[in-house]
Amino acid sequence: MTVFLIRRLMQSFVVLIIMSLLVFVGVFAIGNPIDILISPDATQQEIERATAALGLDKPMWEQYWIFLVNAAHGDLGRSFVFNEPAVGIILQRLPATLELALVAMLLTVVIGVPLGLWAGLKPDAFSGKTIMAGSILGFSLPTFWVGLMLIMLFAVELKVLPSNGRGATAEFLFIRSSLFTRDGWAHVAMPATNLALVNIALVIRLIRAGVREALLMDYVKFARAKGLGMRRVILVHVMKNIMIPVITVLGLEFGSLIAFAVVTETIFAWPGMGKLIIDSINLLDRPVIVAYLMLTVLLVTLINLLVDIAYSVIDPRIRLAEPEA
Amino acid sequence: MTPDVGDLDGRVDAGGGRETPLGRLAVEFFESRLAGIGFTVFAAIALVALLGPVIAPQNPYDLAQLDILDGRLEPLSVGSNGMTYWLGTDDQGRDMLSAILYGVRTSLVVGAISTAAALVLGSALGLISAFFGDRIDSLIMRAADIQLSFPAILIALILIAVLGKGVDKVIIALITVQWAYYARTVRGTALVERRKEYIEAAVSLALPKMRILLRHLLPNCLPPLVVVATVQIARAITLEATLSFLGLGLPITEPSLGLLIANGFDYLMSGRYWISFFPGIALLITIVSINLIGDRLRDVLNPRLRR
Repeated sequence: MTVFLIRRLMQSFVVLIIMSLLVFVGVFAIGNPIDILISPDATQQEIERATAALGLDKPMWEQYWIFLVNAAHGDLGRSFVFNEPAVGIILQRLPATLELALVAMLLTVVIGVPLGLWAGLKPDAFSGKTIMAGSILGFSLPTFWVGLMLIMLFAVELKVLPSNGRGATAEFLFIRSSLFTRDGWAHVAMPATNLALVNIALVIRLIRAGVREALLMDYVKFARAKGLGMRRVILVHVMKNIMIPVITVLGLEFGSLIAFAVVTETIFAWPGMGKLIIDSINLLDRPVIVAYLMLTVLLVTLINLLVDIAYSVIDPRIRLAEPEA
Repeated sequence: MTPDVGDLDGRVDAGGGRETPLGRLAVEFFESRLAGIGFTVFAAIALVALLGPVIAPQNPYDLAQLDILDGRLEPLSVGSNGMTYWLGTDDQGRDMLSAILYGVRTSLVVGAISTAAALVLGSALGLISAFFGDRIDSLIMRAADIQLSFPAILIALILIAVLGKGVDKVIIALITVQWAYYARTVRGTALVERRKEYIEAAVSLALPKMRILLRHLLPNCLPPLVVVATVQIARAITLEATLSFLGLGLPITEPSLGLLIANGFDYLMSGRYWISFFPGIALLITIVSINLIGDRLRDVLNPRLRR
């Protein structure tokens, strides 16, 4: 396990370095942020002073080295637009995004698992077929368009849910979140549903396939023969076995929820970091773009690592430590 | 090069006579009514995309044909020039039906080009990986692993942030996001196929490596590749629409469905639903029809389920 952990950590580190190089070199190549930040009639001197102040006059490798050293200190540069540390700006918005992703994950489990079970137990019934048709639709519907339609239905026509913003926040156990207020839940309902849709469809399919496969297994027959009720067999025996792939997929999908929050946040004007990155790309605010990409890459890498570890803990059959060479 | 799968595998229909493996696949495919509907709908969409400029009531990007006084008209209303706007107009008096016909065209073309390019690139890398093995194999597959561990939209965002906006950049982003799927699929199949006797026979005949790869190995890797490609076209179209919606995709001069939907976003709050609604429906129908085809192809081409 230790060998596996070290190996896996090294791997994640290499990925981070590669991604940072990619992001940095790439972002270095686009546009000149000076053109955007300084008024067109600035004198040559003013332009030079601003270039030096932003460190843009140094050669690229030196900028990258400074960037790496600073990154190790948790400093990814100052935003050109806000003139504040980029990491700080993003971290300020991280809770809102995490909140959205967490609620979406919760919805995925609460809605996806029961529907998947039902569809797996009654694959030929009308209800089961309807659930499957719904899941195909869930896969096919473009997320952003569903978001617009939700706004149209619940905010414009029915006027029951707010269409934008995060709502009131409250502090509980030193965590400030909108999930502690009624208003906050009203605000998060639509964006989270929107974000969860694809994952709900995914979980339904996974669980259904798992259930159908598991029902043919000997251990189910044995449990039934032992005289256990169908309910117990499904909820305890079958569920335990099919949850392993589901947990893995859900864990990995958490990273993609955070990334896809970009779309949902844009639609619902959710003040998270996804909306920030879109604005930053349009304004060529390089430090913020780099900081966002680095933090998201870090987050996704971390999640992948945790999922791998969790996988070995849940399923003792999986031996993660490779045989010693 | 037709995917003459049955023939090469020696699975020729004994009593079928004139029946070809491809014909048999087609018959099996259309046994599912849903797949038939999906296929018909997609064929219709492809035709509309092809004929778009011919059948559209107006050229939505010729400013001379637009009348700003006809802006934001509801569906079915009649414009100042006597033309009926079946699906309404946008803020500049553009006929939504025409805009959608042009948009579908752009979306399909971008989706198809990027998928085709990714298919070629990915398959080539997958074949190389499987055939040469060792260092090259682990290098390519590691790269694929790393890439697949990141959400597609994140990769696309990085690329757009790096490369800037534009049609070519979007296509590059879509190819980058997709290639790994093909590489993995082809490698997996090719590793199994490589050990079969026909490859051994080809090697024994001292055929050139290129020939073995392209004429013997590749055709037998096609069935799973076709399934992956179908699903990927739908995903490419969706991703392109998403990027365009975010304002990071295609430019305003080549509006895809995503951009049309984004345009309508501003008017949604005032109840003018049609500017976003109808392009979205067009996008949805396109993607559902492709997914239905993909689902059926998966069943038909799956060797485990083959009768």
